[in-house]
Amino acid sequence: MSEEREPPPLPGAAQTVFPEPQDAEDLFVSAASAMESPEAACLSAEDISPSSNGPRDDDPDDLFAEATEEVSLDSPERQPILSDGPSPAITPVTPVMISPRVDVFDRSPDQDEDEEENRDTFDIQISVSDPEKVGDGMNAYMVYKVTTKTSLSIFSRDEVCVKRRFSDFLGLYSKLASKYMHMGYIVPPAPEKSIVGMTKVKVGKEDLSSVEFVEKRRSALERYLLRTVKHPALLKDPDVLQFLESSELPRAVSTQALSGAGILRMVNKAADAVNKMTIKMNESDAWFEEKQQQFENLDVQLRKLHASVESLVCHRKELSVNTASFAKSAAMLGNSEDHTALSRALSQLAEVEEKIDQLHQDQSYADFYLISELLGDYVRLITAVKGVFDQRMKAWAKWQDAQVMLQRKREAEAKLQYANKPDKLQQATDEIREWEGKVQQGERDFEQISKNIRREVGRFEKDRVKDFRVVIIKYLESLVHTQQQLIKYWEAFLPEAKAIA
Amino acid sequence: MMQEGLDDGPDFLSEEDRGPRAVNVDLQTDATLQVDISDALSERDKVKFTVHTKSTLPNFKQNEFSVVRQHEEFIWLHDSFVENEEYAGYIIPPAPPRPDFDASREKLQKLGEGEGSMTKEEFTKMKQELEAEYLAIFKKTVAMHEVFLCRVAAHPVLRKDLNFHVFLEYNQDLSVRGKNKKEKLEDFFKNVVKSADGVLVAGVKDVDDFFEHEKTFLLEYHNRVKEASAKSDRKIRSHKNAADDINRIASTLYTLGTQDSTDLCKFFLKVSELFEKTRKIEARVAADEDLKLADLLKYYLRESQAAKDLLYRRGRALVDYENANKALDKARAKNKDVLQAETTQQVCCQKFEKISESAKQELIDFKTRRVAAFRKNLVELAELELKHAKGNLQLLQSCLGVLKGDT
Repeated sequence: MSEEREPPPLPGAAQTVFPEPQDAEDLFVSAASAMESPEAACLSAEDISPSSNGPRDDDPDDLFAEATEEVSLDSPERQPILSDGPSPAITPVTPVMISPRVDVFDRSPDQDEDEEENRDTFDIQISVSDPEKVGDGMNAYMVYKVTTKTSLSIFSRDEVCVKRRFSDFLGLYSKLASKYMHMGYIVPPAPEKSIVGMTKVKVGKEDLSSVEFVEKRRSALERYLLRTVKHPALLKDPDVLQFLESSELPRAVSTQALSGAGILRMVNKAADAVNKMTIKMNESDAWFEEKQQQFENLDVQLRKLHASVESLVCHRKELSVNTASFAKSAAMLGNSEDHTALSRALSQLAEVEEKIDQLHQDQSYADFYLISELLGDYVRLITAVKGVFDQRMKAWAKWQDAQVMLQRKREAEAKLQYANKPDKLQQATDEIREWEGKVQQGERDFEQISKNIRREVGRFEKDRVKDFRVVIIKYLESLVHTQQQLIKYWEAFLPEAKAIA
Repeated sequence: MMQEGLDDGPDFLSEEDRGPRAVNVDLQTDATLQVDISDALSERDKVKFTVHTKSTLPNFKQNEFSVVRQHEEFIWLHDSFVENEEYAGYIIPPAPPRPDFDASREKLQKLGEGEGSMTKEEFTKMKQELEAEYLAIFKKTVAMHEVFLCRVAAHPVLRKDLNFHVFLEYNQDLSVRGKNKKEKLEDFFKNVVKSADGVLVAGVKDVDDFFEHEKTFLLEYHNRVKEASAKSDRKIRSHKNAADDINRIASTLYTLGTQDSTDLCKFFLKVSELFEKTRKIEARVAADEDLKLADLLKYYLRESQAAKDLLYRRGRALVDYENANKALDKARAKNKDVLQAETTQQVCCQKFEKISESAKQELIDFKTRRVAAFRKNLVELAELELKHAKGNLQLLQSCLGVLKGDT
């Protein structure tokens, strides 16, 4: 078995570029597990001869047509290929399908996103830090420092620091959404506004809840930016670059709820909702139907999970408070106990409980920042995904409407032919040509958005798997730490209890 | 309707639960008189305890016998001790609290009402939870009734009490009706008078250092135990709530696992399984803390009250004695009813001295018992916490190993 895998001669394939080693361990093992499945065999057949599964792109340079098709049917996920690592476990045929990676920045966005993503994610670091309050009273706002460290050439410097406020982030999202959503790109949503939270901060309450609110927001903004730049198309977007690099940013007034733009947004949202109900799409593609259903289910379950985790966070905080309170009362009891050894043991118990209360508090922070926030992010992300499916529906509707229009124009022309009105006839013929063009454009747009969505969903699912895996493992590790500490504390206490004579 | 399954159902006491439990009290089990609750039955409104006695004492007709008793009969026995002047100098073992299944019943009922809104698995799971809770409360009330009897049986004087023997042996219903409204009102006023009196008596400084110290100590101790008991209850409740949340999280993760189209499905299923197990451990931790800590504190809350009552009675007797002295002096001065005054004074003196003598020993014994019980329970608590934490740790680490290896 060869160490190097030979990619089959696919048209346009230059050379293989392999993803970063950090990914390797992760992806490889799941590749192995995916390969074990009997489906592995049939996958190979599929991609050598790109089977039609929805709109097929005849562009030979688009190597991802096969990749997306693979995702649609049997395999749980597609795996990029790794050059190192034990190859024997993998049947030579299967890996091949995804192997032709093209090393390009100058190809069309469709193709290079995947390996670019793998390189880029590690070449850019963004942090949001140092929240500062600017101004006073109800006009006050928080300003955050956004630091970008990168070696990518699209950035003008290695390290940039800018100051941004919350509405700037909202403005960025707004621009990106209007530019890309209708093309089927999943644009990561910005964190939500919170009137209550912000008012507390504005009013100047320095208490724990406003500190926590600011921290929660800071963390959410950081995650938002990281997700945004992870998207290869968004990373190169001039608005994103401007956001990260330029020291002055025009104030995004249109993000205010009651601004003209805000009202327009609300009207559009309402119109969309109505449209969604009235458009009955003939879904010819099972992939889309299946995916939509899956996202519906995922949405329901994630919301449920989110609610349970929020409840857990709350109860653990309560537990921490009650444990601290009990610790105090145990200390008091120890003080009044007149048997010396027992008194000492009770004081020790109080100390143990105090330490445990801190442990519970730390654990509740982990519950929150690791799991709860992740779930919240994904609930919002899935709304964006559903939005993108809706955009496809709109594109289909537009295409259908154009076809209807074309039909009408043709009928009109036919009537005019009988009526024998030469000048009107010319106009009618022109209109027919116009609408023929529109129909073609509509079809192209629809196919394009469908293709984009397939790719986007594939990328999204891959990210989702990674995100959840990483976070859940981190979370379990935090639970392990808690138990280890508990063992330490009780082991220290036991001899004290036994010493009571 | 939920309760039908639980009413006069199967024997709730497993083998390990039989035998003298002596949960919070370190008692010498004496072969001459051994008492335990061998069985218990839960009916709609009441619990029926089977009191089992083994004795070599000649007072009983047989060496081993059992009777069925209800809570009210325990209270009757306790009250008969309290009202008996002869026992004024002893710490009367505190009466067991009334079996209270109301909260548990309410929860079961709510569950029944909400049956339509949850999946069958969720429903079955929650029902099992609540049934386990019901069972735990049941076991606790049995233990508390048993401890009361064991304390009486271990006490050198109280064990000889005639009412106690009747309680143990008479195999008919004692026809002890619960107190009616009038009697309850009388009790209420008695308590009001007693507490007012208690303040008065407490104000009298005792000549005897030992008792003065005990008085100060007990007053403070009782209050602190009350505080600690309330706080520990609250803590344990939060713990149970958190465990419930983990239960729900495990269920949702399971559903996610079955639905997910990516590799995450295996991941979710594994984590769901993990949380199911750790949740059970968390619930056990809460239950053990309840048993070893909360119950201990509750018991000593009651015992310290009983000890306070003893001090009160002694204080009362002291005041009576001092008053009798004053009356005697007055009578001698007036030379009127001297003999009567002398008799009264002598009676009071004897009463006071008798109480003082036995009270001293009782209070010393109380301390010994208390220290032993705390020691036993704190050691067991620490050992259980360790056991559970280690169990939890092992589950978490093995799951992590699988998950990390899988990726």
